[in-house]
Amino acid sequence: MTLDRWIAMILLGICLIYGYAAWFTMDGGLAPFMKRNPIWPSTFPKVLSVLGIIASLITLLGIEKGETKEAEIDYRRIGDYHLGQALMLIGLMVAYALCLRPVGFLLSTSLFLILGSFILGERRWLVMLPVSITATFLVWYLVQEVLGIYMRPLPGLIGG
Amino acid sequence: MLEGLLIGLQTALSFQNLLMVIGGCLIGTFIGMLPGLGPMSIIAIMIPVAISIGDASAALILLAGVYYGAIFGGSTSSILLNAPGVAGTVATSFDGYPMARQGKAGKALTIAAIASFAGGTIGALLLMVFAPALSSVALLFHSAEYFALMVVGLSAIAAFAGTGQVAKAIMMTILGLIMATVGEGALFNLPRFTMGIMDLQSGFGFITLAMAMFALPEALFLVLKPRKIEGDGESEIKDLRITVAEARAIAPVIGRQSLQGFFIGVLPGAGATIASFLGYAVERNIAPKDEQEQFGKGSIKGLAAPESANNAACTGSFVPLLTLGIPGSGTTAILLGALLALNVTPGPRLMLDEPQIFWAVIMSMFIGNLVLLILNLPLIPYIAKVLSIPRNYLIPFILFFTLMGAYIGQNNATELLLLVGFGICATALKFADYPLAPLLIGFILGGMMENNFARSMQLYDGIGFIWERPMTLGLLVIAVILVVLPSYRKRRAKLRAEGVAEGD
Repeated sequence: MTLDRWIAMILLGICLIYGYAAWFTMDGGLAPFMKRNPIWPSTFPKVLSVLGIIASLITLLGIEKGETKEAEIDYRRIGDYHLGQALMLIGLMVAYALCLRPVGFLLSTSLFLILGSFILGERRWLVMLPVSITATFLVWYLVQEVLGIYMRPLPGLIGG
Repeated sequence: MLEGLLIGLQTALSFQNLLMVIGGCLIGTFIGMLPGLGPMSIIAIMIPVAISIGDASAALILLAGVYYGAIFGGSTSSILLNAPGVAGTVATSFDGYPMARQGKAGKALTIAAIASFAGGTIGALLLMVFAPALSSVALLFHSAEYFALMVVGLSAIAAFAGTGQVAKAIMMTILGLIMATVGEGALFNLPRFTMGIMDLQSGFGFITLAMAMFALPEALFLVLKPRKIEGDGESEIKDLRITVAEARAIAPVIGRQSLQGFFIGVLPGAGATIASFLGYAVERNIAPKDEQEQFGKGSIKGLAAPESANNAACTGSFVPLLTLGIPGSGTTAILLGALLALNVTPGPRLMLDEPQIFWAVIMSMFIGNLVLLILNLPLIPYIAKVLSIPRNYLIPFILFFTLMGAYIGQNNATELLLLVGFGICATALKFADYPLAPLLIGFILGGMMENNFARSMQLYDGIGFIWERPMTLGLLVIAVILVVLPSYRKRRAKLRAEGVAEGD
């Protein structure tokens, strides 16, 4: 089974769960006066769930035949690409999301930029450090002073 | 109309707004040149900046400037590197790159700039004529017709998705609509599908979703598969002049393609990409025999056609956005989201209630095109240096700006995790060739669509509004035809669509 059909199956699952929630769980708690309304909060989701199930079945069963196009990246040979780098960068983004508040903007952003280019193979520390740190301060200044959005600059521990 | 024009001119010529146009065009050109980053990603990244300006006309002027700048920048990298930054400029590289190889890069850039300028300007003129007319018709529409129009818009987007892609595009649209129902609905104030998670109470963030759908997968694709850049980027770009004979040759091409491109751009789903391919094909077919041979080998007509068509189409795509409030492409969907965040509801009332926004945007289109022609063209040799920024620095910065965009909007670290999660899903969908723009358009239209649906249901006490209002019924029939037609057409002719409407 090709990837697009696997995805269609996952989407079918999502639509089924969504449909179950819309058809069977939402109307119970509805206030009596709202039941006289021709439209309920669940009406639109009910329609969507049915349409979604039909559309995902069409792809899953391969009713609509498409020509196989030359994809930009062939997922069957995903190992040939820089998968490790991509995964590490995703990990880095998650770490950044978790660190941004406790560690503060300045430190976490400079580290993010430095580690990001390190993962991609940059080893010229003398270029990397000044570029990342200058950019971090510049962005912080722009966001904080020009746009007026508060971002905690320093780690929470030292009262930033 | 004259009054409106003057209001618009006054607004657009204020110092702040002029700065916005110039800044937007420069930023757009800069980033649009980078291969792999389309206008949707750039606009998504710029939204937090635009929103924090606070003034709706300034924000829209900035974003629109970024939009044409990106298309302009995309054509530059198509010509210089054969690496289109935007799907809408792929056709530009057919003749632009051969010209650059022959040492005529400067001339190619000038022709592209003039064609873009003409396409954009003619498009803006047509927009001035058609938008008021269309919005006076649209004022007669009821919520039932609005609902039906949105259905037509969404089905058209799916129908134009390309051969064998219609079911996938519909699926993505429905997924977008489903995601729009998460959170509190405006009509009922009941939390739906939040699974008890507080952060989902207000629904998914639109900026987060836009970044996750476009910017993140594009950046990850750049990581996975570094594009080979065969560098002519370093070489000198000189001799920007074109001769009178050349100007005379391309003038009719530009005129025809600006008109055609504009009307293609107005249709939902058929954006700059389709307009540019179609423009190229049409011009090749009607050219004299000996010139036909030249197409693909550095024909100036083959360069001018897609360039004027894609710019006119970009302008055309503003028509449904400004008059009906219905976006026809991913980019205009993002613009709609930005406007809603600024408390402006585009639609037929926009021209009456806030004429300064409507007209200022149109006026700034003229100014923006002028800026691109006289400011950016001479700067191109310098801006092209951006192409030599090493990927090792570029990618972390793109990722950082994506994260920042989602964070600034909500000031909430959960949003960043959602962004990464959705980004991974979007990358998987991109692997499997699912179009992503319909998802975002569905997501943005979802709330409005449900509200209009609910209002008509209440007015007619049930589903009766569909057959009691002939216009609604007619529109819904068109929607069904649009979805069913491609599969019929496919059986009859195996003409393969050249590209998908992604990236404009």
